[in-house]
Amino acid sequence: MIELRGVGKVYAQGGREVVALQDVSLRVEPGEVFGVLGQSGAGKSTLIRCVNLLERPTSGRVRVNGKELLSMRPEELRLARQGIGMIFQHFNLFSSQTVAGNVAYPLEVAGLSKAEIRERVAELLALVGLSDKADAHPSQLSGGQKQRVGIARALAPRPRLLLSDEATSSLDPETTRAVLSLLRDINQRLGLTILLITHQMEVVKAICDSVAVLEQGRLVEQGKVVDLLARPGTRLHELCYPPFVTGESAVLRGGQRVELSLSGEHSTRPILSTLARRFDVDAHLLEGSLERVGETRVGRLLFELTGAPDAVSQALAFLRQEGLTREEAAHVG
Amino acid sequence: MSGELAHSLWVATLETLYMTSVAGVLVVLAGLPLGVLLVLTDRGGLWERPALNRVLGTLVNVGRSVPFIILMVAIVPLTRLLVGTTIGTTAAIVPLVVAAIPFMGRVVEQALREVDGGLVEAAIAMGSTHRRVITRVLLPEALPSLIRGTALVVISLLSYSAMAGAVGGGGLGDLAVKYGYMRFRTDVMLGCLVVLLALVQWVQWLGDGLASRFDHSRAQSARPLD
Repeated sequence: MIELRGVGKVYAQGGREVVALQDVSLRVEPGEVFGVLGQSGAGKSTLIRCVNLLERPTSGRVRVNGKELLSMRPEELRLARQGIGMIFQHFNLFSSQTVAGNVAYPLEVAGLSKAEIRERVAELLALVGLSDKADAHPSQLSGGQKQRVGIARALAPRPRLLLSDEATSSLDPETTRAVLSLLRDINQRLGLTILLITHQMEVVKAICDSVAVLEQGRLVEQGKVVDLLARPGTRLHELCYPPFVTGESAVLRGGQRVELSLSGEHSTRPILSTLARRFDVDAHLLEGSLERVGETRVGRLLFELTGAPDAVSQALAFLRQEGLTREEAAHVG
Repeated sequence: MSGELAHSLWVATLETLYMTSVAGVLVVLAGLPLGVLLVLTDRGGLWERPALNRVLGTLVNVGRSVPFIILMVAIVPLTRLLVGTTIGTTAAIVPLVVAAIPFMGRVVEQALREVDGGLVEAAIAMGSTHRRVITRVLLPEALPSLIRGTALVVISLLSYSAMAGAVGGGGLGDLAVKYGYMRFRTDVMLGCLVVLLALVQWVQWLGDGLASRFDHSRAQSARPLD
């Protein structure tokens, strides 16, 4: 759906050159939700704007829907853009127009008749649950409602691709969840491909199939969210699971501190009771978390093993053999 | 004030209204595209033309820095060419228009620059032509500012027209100078001032009212024009 190859962007700023993006290559498959995760200043905004050429890359290639955008004439580019929806952090709704007028705008651009526009606008407002707000102005809406209008407007011309520029970053957590589940729903029901940029790990975990991590204008990692989160040692894992705050002092019982990474089938196995039964050791939980990511669960546990020294080392050997401890898993990663 | 002078005041008021309104319409018609062009051709604009932008900007600054009274005399040949005469109410419209177009151009430019760049970006991302960005996004979004700015320009035209009147253009300025000043008729002077003040107040009130009528950018803004 999207293929960026060796995309670079250099700005001239006060006589100096500022590199915003450097050799960025990524592929977004049709129907997936692809997230680009990065801190502010990493170049996320520039990256997503290079996909519909709101910013022209200074090097590389941009293919969307199998078509090379950079070689298009202005008229062709305008048509291509009509097939790429976009939503924004600050919504960018037209304050002079009503909600219905905002949603109608891209349809006017596409040259639909008045009757067709009226019908499609009603359909879209129903889709985002704002049918009763058709005649309201954006200033009368809450943030979440504004973003729903933004989504309806972006979807109006039936694009196959949606670009999301930090769409939930100015929303509260509850509204963020609602908007994300709407996006997920649209992705599944309409088969819409979504490329989103965000600085929020929650967004990646909540709806992304694939992810790329952007740091200082370069992609440092790219892959399936579940795979990367399950492998200690990946950048995504590191970002999602920073080192436990609990220091060495937490090991109070003179036992062995163990950190487990859990994902996929491991996450559902009775590991702690297996240890207790087979090796006659006790596991004292110190910290940990387990959460759903997509279809599976990912998490980690920190605990302290106590028991006879032999038993403890046998238990550790078992965990290593099963590929559960951080040290062992790191080699796999 | 005698009936004859009251009649003069009435005629002068009509002349002022005539000069200001005709000039006002022409100034808006010319100032609007000028302002749009100033924004479009600027660096980072939709139609970047730095050289043209500098030329336009310089012309506007020159136009705005020439005192009206000098401009009026300087463009006498142009006035004669366009109107056939250099004296009278209609002739006064020419310098009024020439003086106010640069002002209006800046007012329009200012109003358009206040429009959130994100809206333009959104419109471009949706595949809009530049023409559509201007007519359906920039101008409608800037409408409240444009109305307030136009009121400002019209009020300036009222004051310019009084000056134009003083050198043979007719209108309230002419009357105030001829009777009020030269013949020491304080009542005429006061009458002229009261009418001018009323006109200025009315234009300001109308501008503010219309502007907030069209301003939907704040939650409780749709106050009816009463």
